[in-house]
Amino acid sequence: MSATTRAIILGLAALALGAPPVFAERIGDIVTTDPGEQLVKFLTFSDPGVRWTVLAAVLLGAACGLVGSFIVVRKMALLGDAISHAVLPGVALGFAWNMEKDAVAILTGATAAGMIGALTIGAIRRTTKIKEDAALGIVLASFFAIGICALKSIENTGRAGNISGVNHFLFGQAGALNQSDVVVLAIVFALVCLFLAVFCRQLLAASFNGEFAGVLGLPVRWLDNALLLLLTMVIVVSLQAVGVVLVSAMLVTPAATAYLMTDRFHRMLSYAVLFGVIAAWSGALLSFLRTDLPTGPFMALSASAMFCIAYLFAPRQGTILRWLRRLRRERRVREENTLKAIYKVLENRDFDGESVSFEELAQIRREPVETAQTRTEFLVHTGEATVDGDSIHLTPPGLQRAREVVRNHRLWELYLTNEADYAPDHVHDDAEKIEHILGEEAVRALERQLDFPETDPHGKPIPTV
Amino acid sequence: MHEVRTAPGSDSASAVTHEAVPALEAHDLTVAYRKKPVLYGVDVAFPQGHLIGIVGPNGAGKSTFIKAVLGIVKPESGWMKIFGEPAETSHRRIGYVPQRESVDWDFPVTVWDVVMMGRFGRMGLFRRPKKEDREVVADCLEKVKLGSLAKRQIGNLSGGQQQRVFLARALAQESDIYLMDEPFAGVDASTESAIIILLEEMRDSGKTVVVVHHDLSTARDYFDSLMLLNMRLVAFGAVDEVFTPELLQKTYGGRLTVLSEMALKSARGKGEARE
Repeated sequence: MSATTRAIILGLAALALGAPPVFAERIGDIVTTDPGEQLVKFLTFSDPGVRWTVLAAVLLGAACGLVGSFIVVRKMALLGDAISHAVLPGVALGFAWNMEKDAVAILTGATAAGMIGALTIGAIRRTTKIKEDAALGIVLASFFAIGICALKSIENTGRAGNISGVNHFLFGQAGALNQSDVVVLAIVFALVCLFLAVFCRQLLAASFNGEFAGVLGLPVRWLDNALLLLLTMVIVVSLQAVGVVLVSAMLVTPAATAYLMTDRFHRMLSYAVLFGVIAAWSGALLSFLRTDLPTGPFMALSASAMFCIAYLFAPRQGTILRWLRRLRRERRVREENTLKAIYKVLENRDFDGESVSFEELAQIRREPVETAQTRTEFLVHTGEATVDGDSIHLTPPGLQRAREVVRNHRLWELYLTNEADYAPDHVHDDAEKIEHILGEEAVRALERQLDFPETDPHGKPIPTV
Repeated sequence: MHEVRTAPGSDSASAVTHEAVPALEAHDLTVAYRKKPVLYGVDVAFPQGHLIGIVGPNGAGKSTFIKAVLGIVKPESGWMKIFGEPAETSHRRIGYVPQRESVDWDFPVTVWDVVMMGRFGRMGLFRRPKKEDREVVADCLEKVKLGSLAKRQIGNLSGGQQQRVFLARALAQESDIYLMDEPFAGVDASTESAIIILLEEMRDSGKTVVVVHHDLSTARDYFDSLMLLNMRLVAFGAVDEVFTPELLQKTYGGRLTVLSEMALKSARGKGEARE
């Protein structure tokens, strides 16, 4: 990011924060039907309600990214999902506390319920032969069911005028966030940052190899439970924006995307925060444009879209790039096989004459003449051969590479027969593969090991380059 | 063959205390998984400064024994001491090399990061790595010849290199006793000999090195002392005393595999040749 862009963004933020503080109860209250007008409102922060939503989305995305990174590398992703469902009875309890939407009461109740759910999973696993996945399923479903019943009954008492509908908790409505929600979110985010700033290293060690960390005397169980508590709190504060059903998408998907992009944990953390913020922000934007739709699916979709892009294009893990690299390798192997075949034709004639006909190439490759012609076109393209009527000429770089490939092949055959006790008729197939990937350094080592041999196990001369 | 048997320090003034206090002592150690006993009433005392192998058939409780010493599994009964002090409070004095399969090698950390984790016991919860820690890590990486791979993510290593990462991490603990769970598993021959040379160097500098080992054919050559284990302690003593056909037969029962039979035969051969 250039200094100018950064300055512009900072300026915009300052402008937004400098605007007179008018607090709307909820964004959803500001009813505007024109999406274009809404978009302008969202992007210019001219609507004070927007500020809370955007701030909430950024905090939520960042917190989910940080905690999610640990969840993903520890293979606890499904536990996140189970906890997000298990907090629901606690949400209901928080409401029941004084029959209104008290952010602190809800946070306390829901966190307690989530922790009880997580500990129940552990207890089922420890005391029976039931494994983690089934334990997760049981707790997830039962806690969720209790939560739905409790919330519905509170709604049905009719005294719950201030309760945003149960649906908000199921599928999320970022617009329903108010100032106190954002304050609670900010506190939880600060807790996560503080905890990681102090214990990140030790928590990582405990996550990588808990038994070893325990032997070192690190309080592994304490660290694990602290992470579990933070996870639950992050889930709870994300609940209203993303919803019970999809909060695990915000926890898992940005972190998993980051994991595809890098194999360094600190980089994974920053990527996960970035992707989480983008997903949450764009989810909030979309839901602002369509206030009739829940926010959670938008956030999840935008996180998933980023995952798809990383899945296809990530530098090392991306499937498209991997596929392209494989195609390029295969094409090179094909070209080198053509070079080798041309060299063999020349060798069979004791290098009498420099050109080879398509007929001869086809014959030695045991394939139709048309195939030989297509093969040769690739070499012409790389500048390793020229075609004059029916005759193929190897250019100097082409001849050089042909000699290298044949040398690699024969050296490897000799190595396998001499040093690895392979029978001479067992070595060809292996050499066919290795000849394309043997580097100069390995070739030097082989030559030294074999004392600069002149012929292969079949008596053919090993070309010098 | 390694004929060095004398414990380092035995010629110094501290010899008496060294010999009096075993590096590791277990008394009536019984461990059970889900009420099925895995180890039963094991009494053993490892002298300091020895290179000790633990051998026995699959399921004999070899790993369980060192995990009990390390406090990873809780024993049903018995007690253990490390250098004369209760094991419960001395775990961090033990350098530990777990089995290679016990971790996820896709984990996003580098070789350097993992070896630095060996320092965390000394650093505690709040300290950050200091210059001294970084020097120790660099030094340990050199000892296992991984200096050039320090920045590599641990998944992009061969099996032998991964094993050496664990070894370096244990070295970074700077302990006096090391417990290693199958450090030669999945390792090529040249790495295996490099590791055993390193273990001998550690032994020669006064460390006590305990290795769970499954290959009878090399056990005789690698170790000073052997602990023969099959749920119960069959024997513990100098290799020459306990690597006998009778005791091995007793350890492996009727379940000798082809390979261990071969080792047994060669042991017999060597035994006869000696007589």
